Amino acid sequence: MNVNKQTLSIQLQKLGPFLGLLLLIIVLSILSPNFLTLNNILNVLRQVSINALIAFGMTFVILTGGIDLSVGAILALSGAMTAGMLSAGMDPVLAVLLGLLSGTVMGALNGLLVTKGKVAPFIATLATMTIFRGLTLVYTDGRPITGLESDLFRMLGAGYLFVIPLPVIWMTLSFIILYLILKNTTIGRHVYAIGGNEEATRLSGVNVDRVKIFVYSLTGFLSAMAGIILTSRLDSAQPTAGFTYELDAIAAVVLGGTSLTGGRGWIVGTLIGALIIGILNNGLNLLNVSSFYQQVVKGAVILLAVLLDRKKTYA
Amino acid sequence: MNNHFIKRFALLTVLTLLTAVLLAACTTESPVPEDDGTTDEGGTSDGELIIGLSISTLNNPFFVTLKEGAEQAAEELGVRLIVVDAQDDPAKQVADVEDLVQQQVDAILVNPTDGAAIVTAIETANQASIPVITVDRGAEGGEVLAHVASDNVEGGKMAGEFIIELLGGSGKVVELEGIPGTSAARDRGQGFNEAVGDAEGIEIVASQPADFDRSKGLTVMENILQSHAEIDAVFAHNDEMALGALQAIEAAGRDIIVVGFDATDDAVQAVQEGRLAATVAQQPSLIGQLAVETAVKALNGESVDEMIPVELELVTE
Repeated sequence: MNVNKQTLSIQLQKLGPFLGLLLLIIVLSILSPNFLTLNNILNVLRQVSINALIAFGMTFVILTGGIDLSVGAILALSGAMTAGMLSAGMDPVLAVLLGLLSGTVMGALNGLLVTKGKVAPFIATLATMTIFRGLTLVYTDGRPITGLESDLFRMLGAGYLFVIPLPVIWMTLSFIILYLILKNTTIGRHVYAIGGNEEATRLSGVNVDRVKIFVYSLTGFLSAMAGIILTSRLDSAQPTAGFTYELDAIAAVVLGGTSLTGGRGWIVGTLIGALIIGILNNGLNLLNVSSFYQQVVKGAVILLAVLLDRKKTYA
Repeated sequence: MNNHFIKRFALLTVLTLLTAVLLAACTTESPVPEDDGTTDEGGTSDGELIIGLSISTLNNPFFVTLKEGAEQAAEELGVRLIVVDAQDDPAKQVADVEDLVQQQVDAILVNPTDGAAIVTAIETANQASIPVITVDRGAEGGEVLAHVASDNVEGGKMAGEFIIELLGGSGKVVELEGIPGTSAARDRGQGFNEAVGDAEGIEIVASQPADFDRSKGLTVMENILQSHAEIDAVFAHNDEMALGALQAIEAAGRDIIVVGFDATDDAVQAVQEGRLAATVAQQPSLIGQLAVETAVKALNGESVDEMIPVELELVTE
């Protein structure tokens, strides 16, 4: 009986973000004739893909009870490095692979600081965020990197597969793989276990440090991927790219019902959270709402989601 | 064992073929049916023209004035104007312009956050046959119908020549630069350096970016004041930085000529009070107005000039 009640409440909790998304879609469909068109849906999905990729990684980090503030900076630096290699005439495939590697290394550095350096994740990634931002400005000399001159590279962010924008494909593939990792692998279970009770997990013989380093590296990898796609879409790397994207990613995770204290949550929720934020941006644009109010609305929605979440937790 | 190998080989072949087919299906052309340009009705049924205006940021009085000029012109011409604010994020601006395309506006006015990053967005509008006009800052690609802007190089030169005149041909000068990489910062800096470079007695002792931002103008200037005992004049790439620098200079109790750019209300008042030596007036309101007028002209089938310059003037009192 009790167990059933608990399962039901968990089910409801998982349903919450989905119902919110559905409500948003219905309201916007009524208010704007341009909203529920195939064209606009693909448009929104493409706009969402960057935030979603970062937020997927952020879900892993937050599930372990950590946080990563450096994702936006990793996005900028990896994107700039990839653009730099491309404009120097490097093979696009190699440039992208090295760009992804650079992001993974930056993420691994975060992981090492958190585990071996025993620095609190908030502080460690705040510091690396500042460092990576600085390095991006050093590397780009504060100017956008242009002249990428590769159709293959441009395809990554601006291309289509039939009618589907390629960034949406990258987002979907990543989602499936990450979903399977969290759901079906030992490391996925360890991620949840660490967030639930780190000491108990350690005592039961799990190499906690290794799992955490993996999680931060994965987030670095995904941020680099987002950075490379963004660079491809803009056909240039911006020195200030990804500014405050860490906050959008955290918002997506929280909106999706993942607990900031770790151990509880799921990546499907994050996808829904990212969709809510993206659709909100798009819908408010379509409704011609002033950008100042857009920020107020976005903040209010996040607050509402967290308040509802807390109510459920303590009910 | 052998059978197993064949199975695997077959699977691999199928996967490779599938990948090849999928890759071959990739294109950078939008697969969405293109507007053939014959439907001039736009998003409304009553034939009212709708113009979208994508602004780089509304956190800067200059662009707010530009927006107001555009709004006023739109009202006079009976056009609906939709304004979106990119908040200085090129990625958000691309999304903003895409959203305008979704709304089937009749024309798009873009004030790019970055000339290179905006190209994708312009191409999206091009594919939907929506005419694009760039405002204040240019784009490095895509089909642009017209560019409405003042000549920033000329403005920088005006400021430089004015400073040389005030200093009587010799002195030490500081340059506060705008966001590195933006065309406004590049052009104003270029004009200023051309003017000052020609003057024998003028020496630029410091050139630092303060990102068009008042609080950064303040801190950067504070630092420069610390490191340079003798400074005679400051040229800031915009008024926000000039006013920030002015605060630093006044706090330090030093007597330094400051020249700004944009002629915002605050700056003009500071000029009237004799605190700011001058500001280069860019007439943002007129830029916004001309942008809307140009769009309407083009939509009515009239031909428009590719480059529509907006006059600058030096405000000194």
